[in-house]
Amino acid sequence: MIVVEKLNKSFNGTNVLTDISNQFEKGKTNLIIGQSGSGKTVLLKCILGLYGIDSGNIYFENRSLQKMDTKERSVLRQEMGMVFQGSALFDSMTVEENIMFPMRMLTQKSSEEMLSRANEVINRVNLINANKKLPSEISGGMQKRVAIARAVVMNPKYLFCDEPNSGLDPKTSTLIDNLIQEITKEYQITTVINTHDMNSVMEIGEKVLFLENGRKGWEGSNLEVFKTENQSVGNFIYSSNLFKKVREVYKEEN
Amino acid sequence: MLFLQDIGAYFIMLSKVFRRFTRWSVLKELIIREIDSLIIGSIGIVSFISFFVGGVVAIQTALNLTNPLLPKNLIGFATRQSVILEFAPTFISVIMAGKVGSFITSSLGTMRVTEQIDALQVMGINTYNYLIFPKIVAMLFYPFVITISMFLGIFGGYIASIYGGFCSSADFIEGIQLEFIPYHVRYAFVKTGFFAFILATVPSFHGYFLKGGALEVGKASTTSFVWTSVLIIVTNYVITQLLLA
Repeated sequence: MIVVEKLNKSFNGTNVLTDISNQFEKGKTNLIIGQSGSGKTVLLKCILGLYGIDSGNIYFENRSLQKMDTKERSVLRQEMGMVFQGSALFDSMTVEENIMFPMRMLTQKSSEEMLSRANEVINRVNLINANKKLPSEISGGMQKRVAIARAVVMNPKYLFCDEPNSGLDPKTSTLIDNLIQEITKEYQITTVINTHDMNSVMEIGEKVLFLENGRKGWEGSNLEVFKTENQSVGNFIYSSNLFKKVREVYKEEN
Repeated sequence: MLFLQDIGAYFIMLSKVFRRFTRWSVLKELIIREIDSLIIGSIGIVSFISFFVGGVVAIQTALNLTNPLLPKNLIGFATRQSVILEFAPTFISVIMAGKVGSFITSSLGTMRVTEQIDALQVMGINTYNYLIFPKIVAMLFYPFVITISMFLGIFGGYIASIYGGFCSSADFIEGIQLEFIPYHVRYAFVKTGFFAFILATVPSFHGYFLKGGALEVGKASTTSFVWTSVLIIVTNYVITQLLLA
């Protein structure tokens, strides 16, 4: 579990995150949603420790990120996996090398052990015949699968995904969403996903945090999204005609 | 103010490069790859430029020796002095600021833009050591490039003098041996060492701390070239004052 307590973050005197408190639960897909510029990525990068925070606390199973020294942070980082918006694969390495990379850097495993573990996760994310290909030679959806495989190859306790289905078609998006949820359940990971895709919210939003102008606007689950009377959440979700229709149908049925 | 901030950030970056080392088996491969792209990959252009500029130096010297009392071996002497003291170490370094410097800035900048550096950081890797240290080690081989430049510069001068009919082979060879001071070669290599460090670290700084997108990668490459060249020229002046004056 990750607990964020009264987190504040500003850039050059401008508040980007104000008084954010939230719990991200283990074994669940925790989503952070909000409009572009609402502070989703900054919150994610603060939790990852890539950005320092002005005040507040971030706890990883009762371990305060702010009180950790460099060595402790390094250990914590090895418990994290991250899927970046643009996949962030190393373009000079093949798919297999990308996936083996964290093991090469951080473990004492032999080449055979690394290869075996890499093949295990490659099969888990359904990457077929891509081992020796470069990232530029595979599709966006496959790149996302490689990024997920690289993120989980070290058996992380925490998985972070920054807009994992941006730039993907709806079908592939759903496949990626489901894959992340399955892995979360299977390995009992605390997964935090940053998204503004409402399909993802509906599909895998077990716990949803809505950010509005850097503040916590609403908290709930995908099942509660249609029930909430929160104006800001409504404005965000029902800006799409599709979801307006879904709400009408939902109201008629209930 | 921003300028002072950048200087501070540069030195903090340098201090982090030499901390928390990447494991040797990985580092070894990175160093070899950097030697290939930064050193071996530069030999062609350096050889080409050195040969022809050496030739031009010899022709211009010959055309300025209008006084019949001046010996022809001065062509070889002037070519050697120009190439060893200034052309090979300094001007090749300025050219390398364009070739190697832009390559380093754009490759690190692209890694920054595509979040590859963030990905390394999330894994708990010291990105400064992983990305910049191999470049510094590879540039330790830079004096090798300058040696080739010195040789080909003088050789270019020799060919231009002989085939241009400006002096005889014996005159030129006598000229390049005339009043040879080994300390000048030492001075050239001392400054080459400083330039190598500048060439590895200043472009790395501009690439590593890049903010923005593809357009900024281009801008950062240009800025990196300008600052690397400026630093090379200033360092050249300071070292010359200290070692030769």
